[in-house]
Amino acid sequence: MTILDDPKLLVAADTDAHPTTVSISSALNAALRDALADDPTVVIFGEDVGPLGGVFRVTDSLAHEFGESRVWDSPLAESGIVGTAIGMAMYGLRPVVEMQFDAFSYPAFEQITSHLAKMANRTKGRVTLPIVIRIPYAGGIGGVEHHSDSSEAYWTHTPGLTVVTPSNPADAYSMLREAIASDDPVIFLEPKSRYWVKDVVTLPARTAPMTRALVLREGTDVTLLAYGPTVKTALQAAEIGALEGLSIEVIDLRSLSPFDDETVGSSVRKTSRAAVIHEAAQFGGYGAEVAARVTERQFFHLSAPILRIAGFDIPYPSPKLEEHYLPTAERVLAALDTWEW
Amino acid sequence: MSDDVLTRGAPALPTRLPIRLIDENGDPVSTTRSAGFEIPDEDTILSLYRRMVLARRFDAQVTALTRQGRLATYPSALGQEACEISAVAALGREDWLFPTYRDTIALLTRGVSPVEILSFFRGDWHTGFDPYEHRISPQATPLATQALHAVGLATAARLASDSVVALTMLGDGSTSEGDAHEAFNFASVWQAPVVFLIQNNHWAISVPFEKQSHARTLADRAIGYGMPGYFVDGNDVAAMFAVTSAAVGRARSGGGPTMIEGLTYRMEAHTNSDDPRRYREKSDEAKWKLLDPVERIEKYLLNIGALTDTVRMDIAEAGEVLAAATRDAMNTEPVLDPLELFDHVYRADRPALREQREFLARELATAEDGSTP
Repeated sequence: MTILDDPKLLVAADTDAHPTTVSISSALNAALRDALADDPTVVIFGEDVGPLGGVFRVTDSLAHEFGESRVWDSPLAESGIVGTAIGMAMYGLRPVVEMQFDAFSYPAFEQITSHLAKMANRTKGRVTLPIVIRIPYAGGIGGVEHHSDSSEAYWTHTPGLTVVTPSNPADAYSMLREAIASDDPVIFLEPKSRYWVKDVVTLPARTAPMTRALVLREGTDVTLLAYGPTVKTALQAAEIGALEGLSIEVIDLRSLSPFDDETVGSSVRKTSRAAVIHEAAQFGGYGAEVAARVTERQFFHLSAPILRIAGFDIPYPSPKLEEHYLPTAERVLAALDTWEW
Repeated sequence: MSDDVLTRGAPALPTRLPIRLIDENGDPVSTTRSAGFEIPDEDTILSLYRRMVLARRFDAQVTALTRQGRLATYPSALGQEACEISAVAALGREDWLFPTYRDTIALLTRGVSPVEILSFFRGDWHTGFDPYEHRISPQATPLATQALHAVGLATAARLASDSVVALTMLGDGSTSEGDAHEAFNFASVWQAPVVFLIQNNHWAISVPFEKQSHARTLADRAIGYGMPGYFVDGNDVAAMFAVTSAAVGRARSGGGPTMIEGLTYRMEAHTNSDDPRRYREKSDEAKWKLLDPVERIEKYLLNIGALTDTVRMDIAEAGEVLAAATRDAMNTEPVLDPLELFDHVYRADRPALREQREFLARELATAEDGSTP
């Protein structure tokens, strides 16, 4: 079951539109194409985003369709990409830039944390930076070193940034359009292992606002909080758990910053148990914030401590060993078994 | 200045000696040092001189206010007035300036009021002026990061076919940063209408230039990026203004970026909390005092009979008015609203920030009541 099964969450704006089978990659591509067509201030640049169409083909054929003044290849330097995007946004453009892989975004860390995130605040809102930084992230694709990091906690720890991550094609389209339209800078995390997952979607899709978490599967015994690549893991765990008589509610957080306290809180008050799943290392990870804030707000509704099912506290492993690192449905269910029921 | 200097195809190496049009005695130098540039006309020089004197008076006043504890910190640009004022004078109103924390007098010269400039250093807010009103980006504290912003803005202007130039100021220390390299390269690849004005003031806090670069000059780097580079006497305002104006003109006419290195000296400490006695000799400062940019241009104007006592008195008076206004502004306690801390972080509403704002509001209300929370 996905959000596509709930018609309330999915509105086809275009009456000529009809359902087609699309992947996350092609849904993102469609979102970029429509944004370029609708708004002349939208520009796209980065490494290999031009004629190649990006290493994950998210910008496929856009340079050809819109020309080099809208979509172009930049020199290979991530700080330069984000830094120049900031200057462009100061002049009224809405740049959508790509960091080719998660770990390659780190050279841009200073531009993102010291400038992109702070500009509106330091200028009392006089300068806003409507920039989207797309980052393919997380593992599970057999990538060599530096191609599988989950860097979300760096960004969610930075005030001034909005951090979102879709888990399915409809959200990929809708959330990217919303991110581009946002006047705040958005870190848009794209789960690499899910790029080619297909759904039947009517584009242009409009799902729930990107800052809202969504209940993807209802349950009564436990709430699984997942995002990006681990949403699938959570749904699998719920399927298996159901066979064992465990009623698992699955929430796709979608927005990591801001955090949807309301949706999560009402689910946890119902189930009284929660676990958060992510690929990033556990220590100081995003799950720590989730566990802490849900505990602070829902302590008297909880029957058990909030669990974190996360990556080990080690650098991301090499491809032949990554299966031992990534959280699996079995590992999720085993973790739930550690509670006293 | 002749056009061919700026329009030739492949960039040449900068001159062996810094381009100089007026020497330390206020005399025009031989044409071998001029690289084809010419001393600006008398009115221009007078106007540059006036702005340098006012800037120096302002700088001295702010340094004094900082010593009195009115400002949290102040990085002085004493001795660098020729570079600072040339940068501003070469730009048009439609152009953009991307300054660093040391370029406060450039902001003043471009028309930002003392209180709007100094609210940053007093600690009221990180940027006290409206960047769009003055076309000046917030003063950058991280080094060389603003150079990329300048390249991006200039590129956006070029995409819009607007006749806008961005000038970014850099120090010698900041050229060691990766962002400086990325900015030079992006600007050249994209042929962005940008001028990189590097003030080589010889000191990055306590680290001398020799420990930043083994190159003959910083301007030599330009050729490697495929852009023209100019090595200029940064204490000669005639040379700095001539070269910078030419570079701005070149950028505006579609000629792409230019790198300028102005050789100058930071006469003051890095900031009021620094102590130069720990790392440099007084004799070094004395040597550079002889090359002072304000005294030099004053001698030139006197030599050519262009500076009357009336004009000097008029400028001195304007300097005192400016200093008094600065003192008055800084001796007035700012009215700050702590709740504004939450108001500009995001455009979009954030429930969690609203909660924290309400928390602080309650705390403030309790403090006002005099009761304990």
